[in-house]
Amino acid sequence: MTLPDHDRLLELRRLSVEIEGRRVLDGVNLTLRRGEIVTIVGPNGSGKTTLMRAIIGTLRPSAGSVQRQPGLRIGYVPQRLAIDPTMPMTVGRFMALPRGRSRSAVEAALAEAGLAGAAGRQITALSGGQLQRVLLARALMDRPDLLILDEATAGLDQPAVAAFYARIEAVRATQGCAVLMVSHDLQIVMRASDHVVCLNGHVCCEGTPESVSSSPAYLRLFGAEGASTLALYRHHHSHSHDLPLDEDAA
Amino acid sequence: MLDSFLLRAALAGVGLALACAPLGCFVVWRRMAYYGDATAHAALLGVALSLALSVPLFPAVIVVALAMAAVVAGMSGRHAPDTLLGVLSHGALAAGLVAVSFLEGVRSDLMGYLFGDILAVTRADLALIWGGAVVVGGLIAWRWSALLLATLSPEMAASEGISPRAEQWVLNIALALVVAAGIRIVGAVLIGAMLIIPAAAARPLARTPEAMAVATAVIGSAAALGGLAGAWHLDTPAGPTIICAAAVLFAVTSAAAGVKRLLPA
Repeated sequence: MTLPDHDRLLELRRLSVEIEGRRVLDGVNLTLRRGEIVTIVGPNGSGKTTLMRAIIGTLRPSAGSVQRQPGLRIGYVPQRLAIDPTMPMTVGRFMALPRGRSRSAVEAALAEAGLAGAAGRQITALSGGQLQRVLLARALMDRPDLLILDEATAGLDQPAVAAFYARIEAVRATQGCAVLMVSHDLQIVMRASDHVVCLNGHVCCEGTPESVSSSPAYLRLFGAEGASTLALYRHHHSHSHDLPLDEDAA
Repeated sequence: MLDSFLLRAALAGVGLALACAPLGCFVVWRRMAYYGDATAHAALLGVALSLALSVPLFPAVIVVALAMAAVVAGMSGRHAPDTLLGVLSHGALAAGLVAVSFLEGVRSDLMGYLFGDILAVTRADLALIWGGAVVVGGLIAWRWSALLLATLSPEMAASEGISPRAEQWVLNIALALVVAAGIRIVGAVLIGAMLIIPAAAARPLARTPEAMAVATAVIGSAAALGGLAGAWHLDTPAGPTIICAAAVLFAVTSAAAGVKRLLPA
C-alpha cells in the first residue's frame, strides 16, 4: 500500500506481535518521516528488538500493519555480528556483501569512517568501536532512506558513543535519511533525537526528548536513571527525584 | 577405464569431497554440526523405507532428510537447539536401526549403510554422486553472498530483501543431497565428519570465505584419495580410513597454524 505523504517512509498501525503465544508488542503506532531521528527507549524485555524485527520483516505482525514506502531502502546496523571464529572474513569482503561493490567504493567508505586501509583486516580482529564503524559504513554505502540502529553503541565507552551519535547526526544532515534507533543508552541518545518513543510492550509515552523525559510514565519505567536524564534538561531545578520503581518495569 | 573398482571408488570419494566442501563451510560457520548429524542419521530411515517399499535409495534418502529438516525447522525455539537436535539425531539413528532389522537379509549389509562401502560403488552410483555434487555446488554458488550475509546477521540480510528462512532451506536441500550422495561412500554415521573435518582443517589456511571453500575442497579430495590408498595398503575399511585421513590433515593444519603464531613475524 502506498503512503499518501511522500515524506512518510514508514507507518506502523496498531502493530501487535506475539512470540510463542506471548504478546510482546501491543497496538504500537509509529510514523517515520524523512530526515527525522526517532529513538525507541525502554527497559529490557520491553519489545524494542521485536519492534525492529517487525519493521525489517523477520517477524510477522499478529495484528495491525507495517507499511513501507514502495522501494524504501533500509540500512540496518546490528548490535553485533553472529560471526563464528571459524569464518574467515575480511573487512573489504564484508563491505561488498551481498551484491558486490568496487574496491575503490569500499575503500572510500572505509576512509570516510576513519578506517582507511582496514579492508584487508579480519572482522574478528576489530575492536568493538571499529566494528561499529564498519557496520555503519556498510549500511550507508547503499544511501539508505531509513537507517536502523539496534543498540548500536552497546559496549562502547562514552567518548566513542558521543562520536558515534555525532556521526549519525552528520549523516542525517548530508544524506537526509530518517534514522530509527533503539537504545537504553538514555542520556546521549535523547539529546540526539527529534522524537522519542518510550516502549514497554505498548507505547507508554512519546514526544520530544524533553517532554518524554519529564513524563511520569517514563520516570516510572526508568527510575533514578530517568531522573538524571531529566536533570539534563531541567538542570535549573535542583530538587531530587525519589521515585518508586514500577514492578512490571523491573 | 571405469571398470576398475578402485578408480570408481576414487572418483566417488572426490565427488563427495567436492559436494561437501561449500556446504561443510556453512555447517561449520552456522554451527550446524549436530544438525548435519541428525539429517545424516535420518538417512538410515530412508534406507529402511527404500528396502521396504522397493524404491530407489537416492530419492528415499532425500525425502527422509528433507522431512527431518522440516521437523527441525518446525520445532526450533521450543527446546534448546542442542538438546532438540540430540534427541532427533540419536532418535533417528536408533529408529533406522530398528526399522532395518525388520527387513530380511539386510542385517548383513547394515555395516555398509552405517560406514559406507566405497569399493562397491557402481557406475550408476557415480552418476548420482557427481550429479548431486554439481547441483549442490551450483545451488550454493548461486546463493553464496546471500547465505554469507544471512549467516552474519539475519536482520541485515532481511533489510536487503534476502529471506533468512529461504536461505536456510537452500542449505537444508543441499544437505539432503549430500547425505544421499554420501551414504554409499562413508555411510550415515560418518557423513557428518566429511562435512566438518575438511572445513575445519581448511580454516587456518584461508582469509576469505571463498578461499576457505576452495581449500576445503582440496583437503577433502586429498583425504578421500589418501584414505583410499591407506585402506588399500593397510586392509582397513575405506570409509573410516578416509575420515582418519581428514582428521590427520586437520591436525597438520592446526599444528602449522599454532607454530606460525608462536614464531616472531
